[in-house]
Amino acid sequence: MTLAMDGAPGMPLNRAMLKSARRRERRIFSGLALPALVLVACILLIPFAWLAWLSLFDAAGNLSAQNYARLLRPAYVGSFLTTFKVAGLVTALCVVFGYPVAYLLSQLSARAAQILLVFVILPFWTSVLVRTYAWLVLLQRNGVINDWLLSMGVIDEPLALVHNLTGTIIGMVHVMLPFLILPLYASMKAIDPVLLRAAANCGASPSQAFRQVFLPLSMPGLASGIALTFVLCLGFYLTPALLGGGRVAMWSTQIADAVSKFSNWGAASALSVALLVVTAVVLWGVRRLTDALSFSAGKP
Amino acid sequence: MLNTPATSTQVTHGQRLWLYATVALVMTFLVIPCILVIPMSFSDSQYLEFPPRSLSLRWYEAFFTSPEWIQSAVVSLKVAGLTTVLATVLGTLASYGLYKATSLFTPITRGLLMLPMMIPLIFVAIGVFFVYARFGLNNTITGLVLAHTTLAIPFVMIAVGNGLKSFDPNLERAARSLGASPVTAFLTVTLPQIRISVFSGMLFAFVTSFDEVVVSLFVSSGANSTLTKRMFANIRDQVDPTVAAISSMLVALSIVVLIAAQFVKRKDA
Repeated sequence: MTLAMDGAPGMPLNRAMLKSARRRERRIFSGLALPALVLVACILLIPFAWLAWLSLFDAAGNLSAQNYARLLRPAYVGSFLTTFKVAGLVTALCVVFGYPVAYLLSQLSARAAQILLVFVILPFWTSVLVRTYAWLVLLQRNGVINDWLLSMGVIDEPLALVHNLTGTIIGMVHVMLPFLILPLYASMKAIDPVLLRAAANCGASPSQAFRQVFLPLSMPGLASGIALTFVLCLGFYLTPALLGGGRVAMWSTQIADAVSKFSNWGAASALSVALLVVTAVVLWGVRRLTDALSFSAGKP
Repeated sequence: MLNTPATSTQVTHGQRLWLYATVALVMTFLVIPCILVIPMSFSDSQYLEFPPRSLSLRWYEAFFTSPEWIQSAVVSLKVAGLTTVLATVLGTLASYGLYKATSLFTPITRGLLMLPMMIPLIFVAIGVFFVYARFGLNNTITGLVLAHTTLAIPFVMIAVGNGLKSFDPNLERAARSLGASPVTAFLTVTLPQIRISVFSGMLFAFVTSFDEVVVSLFVSSGANSTLTKRMFANIRDQVDPTVAAISSMLVALSIVVLIAAQFVKRKDA
């Protein structure tokens, strides 16, 4: 009895102390993310807010929509269209070439897949600049590809493969393929092979089993791969700048030119804000789509 | 051989030849530019050709005897080294903090810290260039390191986060109940357990900084130009075979990194 009497007033105190100690600890742990957060704020968020603010004023310093109205000029509209065309084309080519690779990788034994994956991961780890340079050398007028085609008699004179749209697309597909293959492969690995065997048992032909079971189940992975590729293409600067030879005006090259050639910060900031908004909208839209797809794929 | 079944749905290897052919073509496409540049860099002539007519180390010599190239390589190594240290520390701390304390703000914090991976680099480049101009950080090592660290943090966080996912939190609880302070418990129990993930995060951070071009293009110049900035200018203005020699060395470096990563993974397994 006395024991209980002794313990009773102590218990709430103990619990309160533990609770406050836990809360203090949690605050300290949350604080661990603070240095990184401050850095991201200084390097990303402040510049973004500053540029967004800047984009609302004209050259004389008056509040105006001039910078955004300028985006409707033919030169800029043309570059938006080029950007979407290139991003769409590159993404489509990546799907056509990447899907079979991811499919085969997902069907192989772990050991064989590991060996073949090196072919995907080596370019992934190699600098984009090095790969773009390599394509420049291979595709140029007196480059290796033209030499081979000439000596095999496929063509009579060298093709213009670089410093134009063709070169840009080839280089970009090369950079983007691993971004599509790797997430797609991961999601295909997660598809239970028993489902395909079940389909075969139920009398499905191999192509039926693939079309009605495997393909729908791989859709969420494909959608996120496509989203990643498309969004990366939208803001891609390096390869279009080098392989496009100034003939492929993309969104990103326009932003760079506005700053480095014309020092026009109003135009550059309006272009950047528009690019970020489109990127965010695409990401958001695809996430909705992926959710819908994985929901319908999960249905019996 | 061709008539044996390849899958559980009874497709034979013969019926899948087209699949093998397509994959072989794509794999060739992926690897060829990385590999062909190596023999071409040993060419003796001003024009890069394959196969090279006569071999020489001329372009490697051109790189190692040029003060400008060496200077920019040193800048790149210095920046990448400092970035690796800073990003690994900040990224690991953030990842661990978010793992330990989940609150309403956790998803927002994580989202903000992942942002640098999703935002177009060209935007980061001009934003940083604009803000640095006001603080005199353009063309400085400090400026480059801060920008590269921001870009590398998400990669460190992903790597460390993966390590923490498979870490048994009871081990740390045991240490704490035996009287270890949170710091001691982290340093002596948690960190050794997730060291492989931290190491792969470091690798990612180094490569992110060393290979970064677009931000360096805007915020580095003169004596503090990075190797990639100088290569970019060189590729755009003239195709100088010295770049082929540098590229070959970088490809060799990425092969080494790949092997190191595989080795670490195998040791981990």
